[in-house]
Amino acid sequence: MKKISNVSQIRDQFPALNQFVNGKPLVYLDNAATSQKPQSVIEMANQMNSFTNGNIHRAVHELSAKTTVLYEGARDKIKGFINAKRREEVVFTSGTTASINLVAFSLSQRFLGKGDSVLVSAAEHHSNIVPWQMACDRFGATLRVIPVDQNGRWQMDKLDSILDQGVKIVSVAHISNVLGIINPVKEVIEAAHKKGAIVVVDGAQGIVHSKVDVQELDCDFYSFSGHKMYGPTGTGILYGKYGLLEEMPPWMGGGDMVATVSFAHTTYAEPPLKFEAGTPNFAGAASLGAAVDFIDSLDFVSVNERENEMTAFILEEFEKIPGLVLYGKSETKIPLFSITVNGVHPTDLAMLMDKMGVACRSGQMCSEPVMERFSVESMLRASFAVYNTLDDAEVFIKSLRRAISMLS
Amino acid sequence: MSIKETEQQIVEEFSIFTDWMDKYEYLIELGRSVPIIADSAKQDSNLIKGCQSRVWLDAEYSSGKLFFRADSDAIITKGIISLLIRVYSGRSPEEILDADISFIDKIGLQENLSPTRANGLLSMIKQIKAYAVVYASKNV
Repeated sequence: MKKISNVSQIRDQFPALNQFVNGKPLVYLDNAATSQKPQSVIEMANQMNSFTNGNIHRAVHELSAKTTVLYEGARDKIKGFINAKRREEVVFTSGTTASINLVAFSLSQRFLGKGDSVLVSAAEHHSNIVPWQMACDRFGATLRVIPVDQNGRWQMDKLDSILDQGVKIVSVAHISNVLGIINPVKEVIEAAHKKGAIVVVDGAQGIVHSKVDVQELDCDFYSFSGHKMYGPTGTGILYGKYGLLEEMPPWMGGGDMVATVSFAHTTYAEPPLKFEAGTPNFAGAASLGAAVDFIDSLDFVSVNERENEMTAFILEEFEKIPGLVLYGKSETKIPLFSITVNGVHPTDLAMLMDKMGVACRSGQMCSEPVMERFSVESMLRASFAVYNTLDDAEVFIKSLRRAISMLS
Repeated sequence: MSIKETEQQIVEEFSIFTDWMDKYEYLIELGRSVPIIADSAKQDSNLIKGCQSRVWLDAEYSSGKLFFRADSDAIITKGIISLLIRVYSGRSPEEILDADISFIDKIGLQENLSPTRANGLLSMIKQIKAYAVVYASKNV
């Protein structure tokens, strides 16, 4: 099938993009928080709620059989999408945060003890810090941090010596949600494996902006959300190597995660069902399958060309704005720009830009330690997706300039 | 002037603005022209932390009335604060407890008090009311 390269053909699939906000055509630049949904995802969600609704894995009736096929079919699609070795390595969750909590809770029971360490980077989302702090507290372990340099890049020269400090688990972001840098996760995975540590990757941004191949990366776990990759809210994936998933104790107990139950003893189902207690979000999973099909339908050569063009334009315009500071500078950067402007509060900028129809994010972006690293209270972030255009980038710069002039 | 009258005055002031830009420019101007709080009063105990911006609120009770001073690191938030101070400061606790904040709706700034904005303004109003509750009981 011919892949879609024309951006207006992509935009036409997103009803949300075709609306006015505060009387202005919407320019949506908060994609790192959540992306808009294409018609195919919306239709699948409608179909699931309108007709194809029966609880999966449980009944012999036709509706249950249909939903089960769609749910398990979505698992196959994800398996192919990330190139997992087996479909059983794909666990459905409610999002990246749930995936990391699952793995942090469950893995730490088996692999973390007193005096051990967990390693994260200095540029993580709270969702990849707090679950590990909680695990460390439970088992008397220590949370350690790979520092980042002034450009936001991991200080890789410090990695080996930190790994030697009893690190059993490494959990790091593939791409930072604040700095937009594609981190050298493969190098970290190799180095960590040499020392016998297990590596979890927070792929919330990574899954959207890079071709993820979990076998090539050789990560032990990879977690991501559906809603940032054009899929529905409340869906997510935890990929895990099968052997580790087998070794890990379950997280939540209840329906579908058991083999046999008696009051004396319960045995658990095999992965992935061991980790999917309760009625899963099967309507969401089926719609996530549609999101994977949407991504597969795109020609990423032209997507990347557009991204490079927008990035070049924005970086050039940033240079011309006095007092503007960009956080996260690297050759390997996605079109995500977190900035501050001297003397102007990011929230004021975001509020005024909203009035001009431009949706940006301001605040700490669930990453207080990153704010602290760069000695700021908050930042303004614009993050682009496959449907954004150079026009969007131009409106962004224009609205930013206008907001700055109103505020200074 | 009562709380209601002050609110009405603010509503009238805002009624001349026909587009958002004029309104926000006025708020920015208000925010800039009112140095509401001294740095010494910006202690952590007075800090209302929002994810978006920070608000400091300092209260003083004298002769049966509550006096508020407040500040924010974001200028538009500070502009709205100046309106709230104008309405609530120098009132008796009972007056404050009786007042609603419908004038914010009337001047088209209700979105700024939405919990999703996380800018500390909603918490600031709650805190003002909480002070009023405390001192209302002392008046009895």
